[in-house]
Amino acid sequence: MKRKNLFNALWLLLALVLLNIGVAYAKPAQMHVMEGFLPVGWAIFWFVVSLPFWVIGFNRIRRTMTEKPESRLLLGMTGAFAFVLSALKIPSVTGSSSHPTGTGLGAILFGPFEMVILGTIVLLFQAILLAHGGLTTLGANSFSMAIAGPFVAYGVWKLLKGRTSDNVAIFTAAALADLITYVVTSVQLALAYPDPVSGFMGSFIKFGTIFAITQIPLAISEGILTVLVVNALKNLNAPELKSLGFAGAK
Amino acid sequence: MKKQTVFFLVFVVIALAIVPLFMNPGSEFGGADGEAEGIISEVVPNYEPWFEPLWSPPGGETESLLFALQAALGAGVIGYYFGVKRGQKPA
Repeated sequence: MKRKNLFNALWLLLALVLLNIGVAYAKPAQMHVMEGFLPVGWAIFWFVVSLPFWVIGFNRIRRTMTEKPESRLLLGMTGAFAFVLSALKIPSVTGSSSHPTGTGLGAILFGPFEMVILGTIVLLFQAILLAHGGLTTLGANSFSMAIAGPFVAYGVWKLLKGRTSDNVAIFTAAALADLITYVVTSVQLALAYPDPVSGFMGSFIKFGTIFAITQIPLAISEGILTVLVVNALKNLNAPELKSLGFAGAK
Repeated sequence: MKKQTVFFLVFVVIALAIVPLFMNPGSEFGGADGEAEGIISEVVPNYEPWFEPLWSPPGGETESLLFALQAALGAGVIGYYFGVKRGQKPA
């Protein structure tokens, strides 16, 4: 049993290290809506949409930390998972690179609102220190990565839990959360930049083709990595998962 | 999960990152957002970004340093968590 845990942890580490090799090959670039690239009206619109989620998320995360102080470390770990995955630009089939989001794990373990805050922190870090994404587009990028992603993950997980194996449910939830992030980004760009001839749909298809197809292999990777982490957690820390109401824990 | 399953899954993740490198010879694997920028200038030919990043890394090397730092910090926290939990687990 102990050996198995060690192996799980080792493989996880190896996967993360090897993913870095992909980064070395890929040219650094950004996947979110870039600074200044949303017209002012849309930038404000997405801030307004994201605001209630930030407020509720902030309260939820504070409540979780006071009511279940033992889960703080796990909360930090799920944030770190999103942090790592967001830093990894992985080459994809289309000949361009993109990065996973890592927001599915926290949404499954804690709930979508907790992940709203963690995801927004990651975006803020990248906007300020890496000129990746942006402050004016933070509302829009939060909505796609830190709100739409976690909520889809949570919804899919709740829907599939018990109907199929835990691993299949986790994989699907995390992979779809990853994909939806980029679908929403495409919608946001298409709304702001409808094609003069074909309108919103024409633009959406253009942006969607770039982002979504690049993202499919990465979504599969993210789904697999999330499954591996949850299994490692189940082996090492089943009681804590249970206290979070994670029904998959033994 | 069986050790073999874990091994296989890790292999799939690695393959998903490496195979594209051989599928697109000559590509530099730039970011998908650069292409999105291209489409924006197609739809609105004279769009000027109205806000510039407050600070940008001076070049690719500094940028990759910061991205490596981001990944390292995250991986460190994950490793710390699993280390602590493994140490706490009754033998």
